[in-house]
Amino acid sequence: MKVAKRTFDAVIVGAGGAGLRAALQLSEAGMKTAVLTKVFPTRSHTVAAQGGVAASLGNSTEDNWHWHMYDTVKGSDWLGDQDAIEFMCRKANEVVVELEHYGMPFDRTDDGKIYQRPFGGHSMNYGQAPVMRSCAAADRTGHAMLHALYQRNVRANTQFFVEWMALDLIRNSDGDVLGVTALEMETGEISIFHSRATIFATGGAGRIYYSSTNAFINTGDGVGMAARSGIPLEDMEFWQFHPTGVAGAGVLITEGVRGEGGILRNDAGERFMERYAPNLKDLASRDVVSRAMTTEINEGRGCGPDKDHVLLDITHLSPETILKRLPGIREISIQFAGVDPIKAPIPVVPTCHYQMGGIPTNYRGQVVIPKDGDVNSAVVGFYAAGECACASVHGANRLGTNSLLDLLVFGKSAGETVVEDFRTGALALKPLPEDAADVSLARIARLEGQKDGENVHEVRLDMQRTMQKHAGVFRFDNLLKEGAELIKGVAARAASTEIGDKSQVWNTARVEALELDNLIEVAKATMISAEARKESRGAHVRDDAPDTPEHPNGRNDEEWLKHTLWYSADNRLEYKPVNLKPLSPNVEPIALAKRTY
Amino acid sequence: MSKRTVQFKIYRYDPDKDEKPYMQDISVELEASDKKLLDALVRLKVKDDSLSFRRSCREGVCGSDAMNINGKNGLACLTEVDSLPQPITLRPLPGLPVVRDLIVDMTQFFKQYHSIKPYLINNDPPPERERLQTPEDREELNGLYECILCACCSTSCPSFWWNPDKFVGPAGLLAAYRFIADTRDQATNDRLDNLEDPYRLFRCHTIMNCVDVCPKSLNPTRAIGKIKDMMLRRAV
Repeated sequence: MKVAKRTFDAVIVGAGGAGLRAALQLSEAGMKTAVLTKVFPTRSHTVAAQGGVAASLGNSTEDNWHWHMYDTVKGSDWLGDQDAIEFMCRKANEVVVELEHYGMPFDRTDDGKIYQRPFGGHSMNYGQAPVMRSCAAADRTGHAMLHALYQRNVRANTQFFVEWMALDLIRNSDGDVLGVTALEMETGEISIFHSRATIFATGGAGRIYYSSTNAFINTGDGVGMAARSGIPLEDMEFWQFHPTGVAGAGVLITEGVRGEGGILRNDAGERFMERYAPNLKDLASRDVVSRAMTTEINEGRGCGPDKDHVLLDITHLSPETILKRLPGIREISIQFAGVDPIKAPIPVVPTCHYQMGGIPTNYRGQVVIPKDGDVNSAVVGFYAAGECACASVHGANRLGTNSLLDLLVFGKSAGETVVEDFRTGALALKPLPEDAADVSLARIARLEGQKDGENVHEVRLDMQRTMQKHAGVFRFDNLLKEGAELIKGVAARAASTEIGDKSQVWNTARVEALELDNLIEVAKATMISAEARKESRGAHVRDDAPDTPEHPNGRNDEEWLKHTLWYSADNRLEYKPVNLKPLSPNVEPIALAKRTY
Repeated sequence: MSKRTVQFKIYRYDPDKDEKPYMQDISVELEASDKKLLDALVRLKVKDDSLSFRRSCREGVCGSDAMNINGKNGLACLTEVDSLPQPITLRPLPGLPVVRDLIVDMTQFFKQYHSIKPYLINNDPPPERERLQTPEDREELNGLYECILCACCSTSCPSFWWNPDKFVGPAGLLAAYRFIADTRDQATNDRLDNLEDPYRLFRCHTIMNCVDVCPKSLNPTRAIGKIKDMMLRRAV
């Protein structure tokens, strides 16, 4: 097969919030940039974010970034790096105000400022009471944000390669990153994108689970590509289960519903969160709420004929509030749950939502790996931002509204770092190895010629069911052990998938098979990292690490206050320290403490 | 709803092997949990992996899976499969070149969207904090900003079918009015100039197919009417 070669100053893979924000920095700096995206930019999954983006603007209640930083560190169960968290919280106002200037249609307060609502785990004065920190455009914040970012890129003349799927990362013998190979979906042709800098902004991989709020496209492409090329993945055992996915359908119901006053109830109509989180109640952190719901269901207090969900009740809110602040939720609820939330509560269950781990980066967006005695050595030419990256600001559990903030802050930061490195001449266009496209061509050729192979749909389904059963909201030692073996078996089958469709034109069967190669890397990383972490922390809670006086909440800082690094080649695990020191010398570290809400 | 078998008639065309398009008769057994047309399409694809269509969010917000369903444009993920008379006839969106099966080439659609300068224009130096906007002024954007660029509207519009290169179409015009209506935007006159032409705006003959098909219940015809009013007021 003939492989075309294209050369750019920078290649960005992914055109969701992080990719588009990074692209703006590069386009406005005049760098020759290619943005590759397997869907038209406004179809990226950022579009589905609902409730808001965090920034301590203080428009409705007093607020400051120190409180936001405290909430984020506590939310992360102290696994987040405090330098990156300080950086993110301090930058929040700047990046949100910028978006307003780009035209994002935020809701407004009576005095014309950006409207803010309360959200889970966000508090004033270090945990005392809920704070209004989530900047919102009704319950369509992600849509409003993604479109505003795309529109700004239209203005900046950013060059997009729409419906191009990146296949593999190109590294030379020194390990430097030289670009990617990519498949043009319309023609089936493979190209090399040779570049000085490569930014991954490919989103998460929520589709490794059977029940997920994530879109079909969330297949962890960047994470899979990085893993296959030898980059370790960080903290992959930590997955967020959002408390309120529509029961059965998985579609997201924003936490903003509880921010506006929504209440979770069990079959007795009890507001059960009062028992689990007496202070913040329904607005406790997501991992806490998801576990409480699962406990209610497991103990027989679930709702419906199968007692398999709980109810999210907003019938006490005025219809005007619902129509004004939560119009999209009402549509979703009618469409996917068959209930009008003005009249009846919404059936909800915890649903896989967000990947806290990912490609290890620092707060400047550089990908960092252990090398020559330095655990955070920057990979030359490689950057990442957004859900595919692990900065790490979310640690063991992300707070709602911090994902949109993450992609803005670190999308911009990665872009700024690339522009700076470009201007100082630190980014060379290094010669491509002869075999730059060989790995990708071999993958395509294998699919083309595979006989008596595995069915893509069945392998994917087995992976999803295995993840759901063995690495869910609560985790069990025996299930994790068994799961690690099972997922290796599924991975072996994924290596011999076969497709019926052999067309070169828009071959979605081929795309799905290639996506499965990425999903399976993420699934292995998750299961193997989770099996090994013998403590409970944030979203990772095990039966054999219960709450004891010695280890509150089952957390074991002496042994496990460290980041996991998983290597694909041999399923090896390494660990690196958590950075407990903020970025600025005059900022006090947030001291370790038991996490309660 | 329990298990049931559903009959389809689907437009198929793979330029790599088919000389011309054809309609394929195919049926599929649905599980009780399959409620939307997209669920059925995903089932069909398990049966025949060569069936090609776009899809992503499956909740009506990304705009990928627009198609012509029993003669009317809509999103597969928001259409109840059991509400559709069988055989369910699926065709690609009308008026755009077909790439393969249910996938159309949307270049012309996005070209028109881009032609209206779909971004806020405000040449004042950006203030340190957000620009202020009253809740009432913000409400003017409701019904405009929610567009998902699925193209159901423009590809149901006869004026767009006849002049896709000259008529902006309902989606692009809705976006144009979204910026005109924004109190933060300073380019209203330029935006009106940009539409001052026998085709770009005035080819809308208020047929209102766009309103009929919009999966987000938006009303491009009303937005177009408001732009026309502004044109007229500006002229006198």
